[in-house]
Amino acid sequence: MSTVMLARGFVKNSLDKNPNLGQWLHFGQPHKVTLMVGKVDFGQGISTALAQIAADELDVALDQIVHAPINTQDSPDEGVTSGSFSIEHCGGAVRMACATLKAVAVARFCAARGVAPESVTVQAGVLSSAQTSQPMTYWDLHLDDQALEPVLQDAPAKPQAQHRLVGAPIPRIDLTKKLFGGPSFIQDMDLPDLQHCRVLRAPNRAGRIVSVDEASFYKKFPDVEILRDGSFTGVLAQREDQAVLAMALLQKLVTWQLPANLPNAADLHTFLTTTPSEQRIVDEVVAKEPLNPSATHVEAWYQRPYISHASIGPSCALAQWTNQKLEIWSHSQGIYNLKSDIEVYLKREFPNGGAPEVLIHHVEGAGCYGHNPADDVAFDAALLARLAKGRPIRLLWSRADELRCGPSGSAHLVKLEAHLSEEGHIDNWTHTIWSNGYTARPGRSAPGSLSFVAAAELANPFETPVSLDPPMSAGGGGDRNAIPLYDLPNYKVVYNRLLEMPIRTSAIRALGGYANVWAIESFMDELALSTQQDPVAFRLKHLSDTRARAVIQKAVEQAPWWQDHSQDEEGVGRGFAYARYKNTGAWCAVAVRILAGTSVRVTDISVAADVGLVINPDGVKSQLEGGAVQSCSWTLKEELMFTNEALTTSSWDDYPILKFSESPVVTVALIHQPNEPSVGAGEATQGPTAAAIGNAVYNALGIRVRKLPLNMDNILKSSG
Amino acid sequence: MELMINGAKRSSGYPANGMAIFALRNELNLKGVRMGCGEGHCGSCTVLIDGVPTTSCNLPLEALAGKRVTTPEGVGTLEHPHPVQAALLEEQPGQCGFCLSGILMSAVALVDSGRAVSEDDVRAALDAHLCRCGSQPRVIKAVMAAVKKVKTV
Repeated sequence: MSTVMLARGFVKNSLDKNPNLGQWLHFGQPHKVTLMVGKVDFGQGISTALAQIAADELDVALDQIVHAPINTQDSPDEGVTSGSFSIEHCGGAVRMACATLKAVAVARFCAARGVAPESVTVQAGVLSSAQTSQPMTYWDLHLDDQALEPVLQDAPAKPQAQHRLVGAPIPRIDLTKKLFGGPSFIQDMDLPDLQHCRVLRAPNRAGRIVSVDEASFYKKFPDVEILRDGSFTGVLAQREDQAVLAMALLQKLVTWQLPANLPNAADLHTFLTTTPSEQRIVDEVVAKEPLNPSATHVEAWYQRPYISHASIGPSCALAQWTNQKLEIWSHSQGIYNLKSDIEVYLKREFPNGGAPEVLIHHVEGAGCYGHNPADDVAFDAALLARLAKGRPIRLLWSRADELRCGPSGSAHLVKLEAHLSEEGHIDNWTHTIWSNGYTARPGRSAPGSLSFVAAAELANPFETPVSLDPPMSAGGGGDRNAIPLYDLPNYKVVYNRLLEMPIRTSAIRALGGYANVWAIESFMDELALSTQQDPVAFRLKHLSDTRARAVIQKAVEQAPWWQDHSQDEEGVGRGFAYARYKNTGAWCAVAVRILAGTSVRVTDISVAADVGLVINPDGVKSQLEGGAVQSCSWTLKEELMFTNEALTTSSWDDYPILKFSESPVVTVALIHQPNEPSVGAGEATQGPTAAAIGNAVYNALGIRVRKLPLNMDNILKSSG
Repeated sequence: MELMINGAKRSSGYPANGMAIFALRNELNLKGVRMGCGEGHCGSCTVLIDGVPTTSCNLPLEALAGKRVTTPEGVGTLEHPHPVQAALLEEQPGQCGFCLSGILMSAVALVDSGRAVSEDDVRAALDAHLCRCGSQPRVIKAVMAAVKKVKTV
């Protein structure tokens, strides 16, 4: 009985690697509980949610929870903060650790005061009982002596009904400082005698330096140093403004050799289908009944271009390399993995020993939305710190570096085929994908290769890995969300992962789940409309999952504009889509209303989601809403551009994202399921929003656009 | 160079033709002025110059001479937040919050202008600001709430 109660809301993966209480909690500071975690905040509000879980379980106030700094020396190794797993994995571990220690505290209090456990209440960390006049606190009870004891997975965690903070819309604990101009980000960090760096980057990662006119450079900037190892080149200056000006000059003094190895941007279809790839059957279900020979065959191709993470804050790292220690400050999503890949470099450089110990501190950066250049800039900083011979350095990437040299979200092609019965049922379904892999994060590459952009630029270069994919048990990569969620008697999913990677790709929010859901949910509309069926009813007809049906009905019912067409002007369209993220995460349905004129504008979005037990409803809504708005931007506007030898997207002018004047009104409803496990919410709206917009474009204009972005160019090309 | 920042006299030894943002952030330690793109495109580094929102990453330091400069540090305090700060705290729009410093400045200029403001005016006033997390709908709600509050006071 109690085990079932405990597991509620969580899984325990983070405990496998970090089993001891002392890895999660400390009571050394009077009246404060120090919470140690390995999951990092990059705007998703995880630190607030974890504090809620801990404070609730321990019966302390929220402001009694202190987050320990996250670093590779002291923090639990929780891998990478990604895939919407933080609440499940880290939240579960924190909850169990708190429940274990609370039970120890209650037992000790009972022994010391001779009271019965049932009589004990805890408030703000003070244990009291009607059977004694002498309360005690957690800090009287020497709980840190339990540091080497295991977190008990059957500790008596609180039932849902007793939660005060879990489930409440607690304001984010980090936002106040940010709203009053306080230093909040790694970009705001300072160190004594800090030197400022910029790096020189080719517009193609296979590009190499032929020559640099250093004489002209030093004539103009005698006090700025050029630091070089092969083609990896940086400048080091005492002041940041000097570093910026010096780098601008250096860019004019370098001669690049750029191979003409990039795909034809105007024909990604050919590139994706002809590049050598590894084919895998993701899943196949064979019908019991033979296929109805009179069934109608429908087929369509859907294509997404390369897109960028495009964080607002450029990637940044600080580093200092002394004989004994390489210390790095980074906004990486996975500092332990970053450390292990930096150690690959160090092991090669110091084959006979003597490499410095690596210590990486996590410091929050701007939102990253996947594997942005956070790790690249950290490795750059380590290299520059080595060349700077002991001086602490700070490196900031430029906007152009971010857009041209960071990992991108892969171009992704989907071919969908289906057979429809005379009754309008899907009898047969085939989903085929062509894409690069969706992860080249540190710590996941083949031995001897390093994914950092600088690793291939060194005089003694490392091999560049071609992106792989997370396994399906972690949600998959290019094949994420490709297995149909509908009740289909017969289906097959095939994935062709490209074995060459001329444009660098890695993890971007929702991975392949964005393009696959866009394709599937566009196709579902096409199938419904081709047989004169209502698209929402058509989905429900193929869906027995009650939680799926509930979000679908809620998304359309809560939007007054879904049924009411009386205010429609010319160009209004409506579209709908549904998916369960990763097939195992949040159930999410999205309805949109658009206005199609000289461009497409999304005016309204209605989201309904079921994420199981909700830790912070305002946080979940904020994540779903933000994801929907970001997906509008990806879907309507975004595309990385390149010639055959260079990426040409280098500023916000070349890579417009959704603006305030284009922003929709978003309504989010959560279906409350307090007795169901929590699942991640952060990526669930990406795919459904895209498909809903595409379906609305068809509804408004009668044009089916199967190529993203849904800009006028692609709409006009699709109208013929 | 003598400057008037957040109501106090400050002096800078940075080059007059250098970009203002580096003097503000690195010399005068006003890190609330966030460095976004360095090209005047994203609005993160917006400050008020005589009350007018201006990006500081593409602005020579000398352009600040003789003017009243306000950075996010000079807008309000925890005890006495500006109505825009209070509304932003209430609405909780930030995800990463990197863009909020600049948005705050433009919203403060709009609300302090005292003129009648519609939701479209808010969108227009903030259109030079990029937000990647998708907090635009909540920011618009918050600024509209601040507008209403100032009007009713």
